[in-house]
Formats: sequence, C-alpha cells, structure tokens
Amino acid sequence: MSSVTAQHGSIQNQNPRITWKDCSVLLDINDGDRLVFARLSDGSTVKIGNNKCSLRPLIGCPFGSLFQVETGPKGAYLSRVVAMSEDDNREEKGQLKDEVKDNRNIVDSNCAQNLSGEDIDEMKRQGATGEQIIEALIANSSTFEKKTLFSQEKYKLRKQKKYAPKILLRRPFARSICEAYFKKHPDRIGFLRVDVLSLLLSLANVTTSSDIVVLDMVGGILTGAVAERLGGTGSVCNTYFGTTPYSMDIVRMFNFNDKICHSILRSPISDICSAWSNNSEHPKNQENALDSACQLDGEKVLPHTEFDSTCDSLHVPEVEMIQEEACSIPIATGESLALSADGVPGPVPISMDESDAFPTIKACKSMKFGKKATPETINSWKANGFSSLVIAAQELDPWSAVQELLPLLSYSAPFAIYHQYLQPLASCMHNLQVAKMAVGLQITEPWLREYQVLPSRTHPHMQMNSFGGYILSGIKVCSGESQNTD
Amino acid sequence: MLAIDPSKKLSFQRLISNGDLVIVYERHDNMKAIKVCDKAELQNRFGVFKHSDWIGKPFGSRVLSNKGGFVYLLAPTPELWTLVLSHRTQILYIADISFVVMYLEIVPGCVVLESGTGSGSLTTSLARAVAPTGHVYTFDFHEQRAAAAKEDFEKTGVSGMITVGVRDIQGQGFPEEFCGMADSVFLDLPQPWLAMPSAAKMLKQDAVLCSFSPCIEQVQRSCETLKKDFTDIRTFEVLLRTYEIKEGSLDCGKISNSGSPQSRPCKRKQSSSRSSNGTDKSSAPTVIVKPCSEAKGHTGYLTFARLKCL
Repeated sequence: MSSVTAQHGSIQNQNPRITWKDCSVLLDINDGDRLVFARLSDGSTVKIGNNKCSLRPLIGCPFGSLFQVETGPKGAYLSRVVAMSEDDNREEKGQLKDEVKDNRNIVDSNCAQNLSGEDIDEMKRQGATGEQIIEALIANSSTFEKKTLFSQEKYKLRKQKKYAPKILLRRPFARSICEAYFKKHPDRIGFLRVDVLSLLLSLANVTTSSDIVVLDMVGGILTGAVAERLGGTGSVCNTYFGTTPYSMDIVRMFNFNDKICHSILRSPISDICSAWSNNSEHPKNQENALDSACQLDGEKVLPHTEFDSTCDSLHVPEVEMIQEEACSIPIATGESLALSADGVPGPVPISMDESDAFPTIKACKSMKFGKKATPETINSWKANGFSSLVIAAQELDPWSAVQELLPLLSYSAPFAIYHQYLQPLASCMHNLQVAKMAVGLQITEPWLREYQVLPSRTHPHMQMNSFGGYILSGIKVCSGESQNTD
Repeated sequence: MLAIDPSKKLSFQRLISNGDLVIVYERHDNMKAIKVCDKAELQNRFGVFKHSDWIGKPFGSRVLSNKGGFVYLLAPTPELWTLVLSHRTQILYIADISFVVMYLEIVPGCVVLESGTGSGSLTTSLARAVAPTGHVYTFDFHEQRAAAAKEDFEKTGVSGMITVGVRDIQGQGFPEEFCGMADSVFLDLPQPWLAMPSAAKMLKQDAVLCSFSPCIEQVQRSCETLKKDFTDIRTFEVLLRTYEIKEGSLDCGKISNSGSPQSRPCKRKQSSSRSSNGTDKSSAPTVIVKPCSEAKGHTGYLTFARLKCL
C-alpha cells in the first residue's frame, strides 16, 4: 500500500476537485434556498438579491468553497469565505440542556424590531457589511434576549440569508443534480428521488464495461447517472419509441469528459430491433418475431434499408397500442412534455434558460453526447446482448416497453423499471411470471427519511417526501430452448 | 462478477464453464452460490444436478435434475451476492448500499476506505462502483473475518479492486499513507466517533464520509464529533417496502343467478370459480397487489458529512 500516491495520482483528472473555465457547477445559495446550475466563464453571472455577480472568481477554486457577496468600487462581487472552525461557539451551546427559557414572554405584535427599513438602507449606503447589519438588527430587537439559544440561532440564520447570502460551490454529480431537480422541479425528472435512482443503478448492476440500454423519459438524469457509473467504459444506449428522441438535457449538467460523452449513444428502438431480427444468429427466434413488431413508425427512419425487408408487420395491435401511449403524453402531462417536445435529436445544444432556478447553463460548446449509434455499434450490441436495462418512463406502459426491450438483453441480465404507479408494474410482473421470461421479480417501494440531529433535539424532519415511486426488478432468463433440448 | 476481464462479460456468447461461480436460483428467497466443478453434483429437494450438465449452457439457463426438478443458473452480481453470502456479521442490504454508493459520490477511479469489512457485502458494491481504475481499502480488526472476506473477494472475482487489511481503525486510525488520498470513507463501527478525526485526515477536500450506526445514540455522538472538521452533516434512514402480486378475480357480490345481491357465500364461491374459466365476463381475472406484511423496520442510520474546504 506504500505506493498509493503513485498508483492513484493519475486519477485526479478523472475526478477533478477544482473548477476550471467552462466547467459546469451547482451553486447552492443559502443552504438550498436556491439551486443554480451554471457554467463558469468570464462572462457568466448569477443574480443574488438585486446584484448581478460575475462567476469569474469561482474559476480555479476547489469545489466545496463558500462565497459571499461583497461590495467593491465596481459593484457587488463574489468573494471566497474561509470556513471558520465551529470550536468558538461550542461552549455556550453546551448549556442548552439546562435552559429554562421558553416563549411565554414573546408576543407577536410585529413591533419587536426598532430598526426601520430606511435605517437599514442607510447602513447599506454607508457600506456596512451583512454581518454588521445583522448585529444592528439583533441589538435593536427587543425580544432577541428573551428567546432561547435555539431560536436565537434560527433568528440569526434567517437574517444571514437575507443580508449576507452565502453561495456554496458544489460538484454536479448524479447525487447533487438529482437532489437539485427533485427539490425545485421534480416533474422534470419524473419525481425520481435520489435513493430511487441509486437503487435503479444497483438493481441493474451498472458497472464498468457494460452496455446498458435505458429508456429515459426523465430528462436525461438516468442516462447521466448510468454514464457516470460507467466512467467512459462500455456504452449507454438511450433508446426511444418513434422518431423523436426524448430530451436528455440534464446530461449537460454533468462534467463529463469526451470519453464519457462518446459512451452515450442514441438509437430508436426500431433501429435496434430491425438489426436484431435481421439475421438470426442467436437462437431466440420467437423473441425476434416479437421484436420486429416494433417496426412501427409508418415512415421508415432507417437509413440502412437492408434491414427493412425482414420486418414483417406482425402483431399490429400491439404496435398501435405503443404508439397510442406515446401520443398520449402531450395530453396527460403538459409540463413534463415541454422538455420532451423540445428534445432535438442528436448532439445539438439546447438552451435550458426557461426557468429562474436553473438559468445560467448556456451550451458553451457543442456537446458530444447522444450521437446516433452506428450500425457497427448496433451490431456489436446485437452480438453480445445488452448487459442490463433501466426504464424510467412515466408515459409508457411498462409491459409494452419490456416486450420490446427484454429480448435485447443477454441471458441472466438484470433489469429495473421505475414507475409512479403500482398497477402497471404489477401487471408487467405478472406477465413476466406467466411467460417465464424472468426470475427474481420484485416490486419495491423505497422510503427515505431524514433526521435532524442536535443535542437533545434529535427527531425526524417535520417535512418529508412520502412517496418515491415503485421499482420492478428482475433477471432475464433463457426461456424456451433449454427445456426443449433437455 | 465484474466485467473487468472482457472474456467474463455477460453476453450471448458467454457460456458457463468449469470453475465459474454461479448463483443457483430455486426461488427468490432460496439461492446459493456454487463454483462449477465438472465432477461435482448439487443435491437439493428437487433431486440431483450434475455440474457437468451445466457447462456450455448460457447463464440464465434452466437446468434439470435427475428427477425432472429444475433450478436457474444466474451470473453473480453484487445484489445476488448480498443475498447468498455467509453472514459472519450483520450485513448491509441493497437499499443502504445503493444510497451509500450514490451519496459518497463514488465513480470509477475513486479511492475508498472502509472499516469494518464485516462480511464484505458493501465492499463488493464499492468495488463495482470504483472499477476498473479505482480501489477499495477495507479494514477489520478481526483477523479470521478479514481472511474470510478476502477469500470471498477472490471467489467473486473482485479481489483486484480490493485490499483487505487487519487493523483496529477505532484504536489506531487509518494508515498514514492514505493521508489526503481518499475520495470517500465508510465507517461501520461501534464507536465511529473515535475513527472520525483520522477519517478527516484521509479525505480529500470536499470529500464525503458516511457512518452507519444502528442506534440513535451513536448518531448523536458522531454528529457532535463531525462538526469539527465536516460540514453538510445529514442523517438518513432508508427502507424498502416490497409488494406481492396475485392473479385474482374479486367477487362483485351480485354476480350469481339473476343478480340477487343477497346470494349466500357458497353461491358466491361457485360463481367466482365459474368466472375464472373465462365464461363469465363480468369479473375478468385481474392482477391485484399488496405490500408484504413482513419487512425490515430498521437497519441503521446513515450519517453523511463533507470535509470542510479550507
């Protein structure tokens, strides 16, 4: 173990901990009050209160750095705060246990503060710092001293957020990106909670050198999370029904290097299925027959016409059902569609600026992820089968999707399907059981609770998310042929 | 288990061969890990299975015994391994494992420190997440347990990614050579707060630590200790509820003869059995679903903290 440094020195650049120009960051403003994705460049800015601050000072800083707004001759700017040790105020906190103060003397008359808005503005004009204003507010509060230490803390924190906002520089990882969206725009990621996303990755055995097929109608968070785990080895096949790919804008938020970007490919299901049914080297003919059913879209998108001839229009009713499902999206969920409808095929950058919360990501250079899979790649997928399948598609019936996608997997490959509703998963599980297509089938509902841990004040958070959706997981088995041969 | 060696990658071409580790699947709650050996046999309630019959079949195949009983042969994954490994200690299960790996921000290439090793359930998943270029250094003060875990890692083919050390991390801390090297640290110790100052030294700036403790008192004390060097301290509990499904046609209560709503129970039974023949279209068979009545109510609290950035 003595050569740890030498052994892992080269890994640094794969997992950078210092920002660089054009890197994507997550800005956490006032402990999650606001979460902003931004790309650091000379020109990019973030609006904090009434000030527009350049993000330039953030370039070259370690992730985890804390910043605050300061006022200089050229206006407000972000300045790095060096984290102070908690030691100094630990002593007084220790007294909390014996505290006898309570709120019997606090009257909610809205006249506890003697400092007026004009007074504060005047202080600001004279160049007072946020801390100085907070001190003045405390000194002029007639009730502050009567409060318990705990509520004094809360008071200070509230004032700090208003007068001395803090900006935390965070790494955009699957974890932080998922949490940010879940907190601010859960609908854009199909209400996929971070623990649920983590379970999907485990249940689908996402690991190095795997070829993973995903049906991602959750904005790209799933594709990004899978690609992050693969780290540029293997491939992620982001597949879709019909001719319009689903949006995967969120992949942009990750700081993926070229290698990882190149591992993220797109391919319509029809392309893959037609390749599969093209010539039947592998013995699953009955499955292939099923596959060709998804040769649905009237207009054949396939550039390689050699595949077309073999695709009979079998199982037409099934096909229509899928198409119907896909069409029903706009009506069902208008908002979440906004993303999918915008989805532009291929690696064309899309501006993400529609919302206040996530404004500053501008596609600064052409993104290299999401290229269309070449026929060679599709053929190599076909020769080996995909290593696993992950589905997060609210608008699709899981069983319809599974019928198309499960045949593409290697035998013994695991799969995981996320859905907000239980019944479609239950039917899917039942059908898989009856058809003996999979074993180890299980429907699970994850449950996540966060705790406040403080001396003598430990309890679960008062507010929690009570529903994270359901996951159906299982392992594909070799049906048919082994019984026949034995 | 992991496709670090491309020849071991799961694919249509990958067939079971002598010496492979397979998971023999009887039912979802009855599985066993077996090393394939052409001369060996597996005996269970379904009869005798010859390993030699398995060789050359794809993973995921259904194989028959001498009596016509069958089992499935699955390729091992960390999830399956967690279900079949021998419990030398209390182990972590999938919900906690998944959450830990994601929250520790582990990606390929990371260096992860773990103590204790225990039965190696989490370690296997950590190895999967850091592969192919990262490494997991795991420590346990119990020499035999460390040796048994090491044997398991060799058996499952993840040993290239894992180094097992015998060391009392609570007493001695992590070895100095890892100072500032670790991307993540995981602690599953009875008194984790003793190891936290050392863990802080091992971590890179802004890197994340996780401590798993079953008791809230441990969490309380850990969080107090963490305040010194860490920020973003958060404690979670993560659980899974599983569901069971059944094909059932529920009785509407008024199907029987001439629609009399007060038909007696015996008649209801008749009508429901008739409907399951598919002749009665008023109650088509449907899939019904309910939560399983038994579940793990608690495993442990997961406390995460991020090393302060100075």
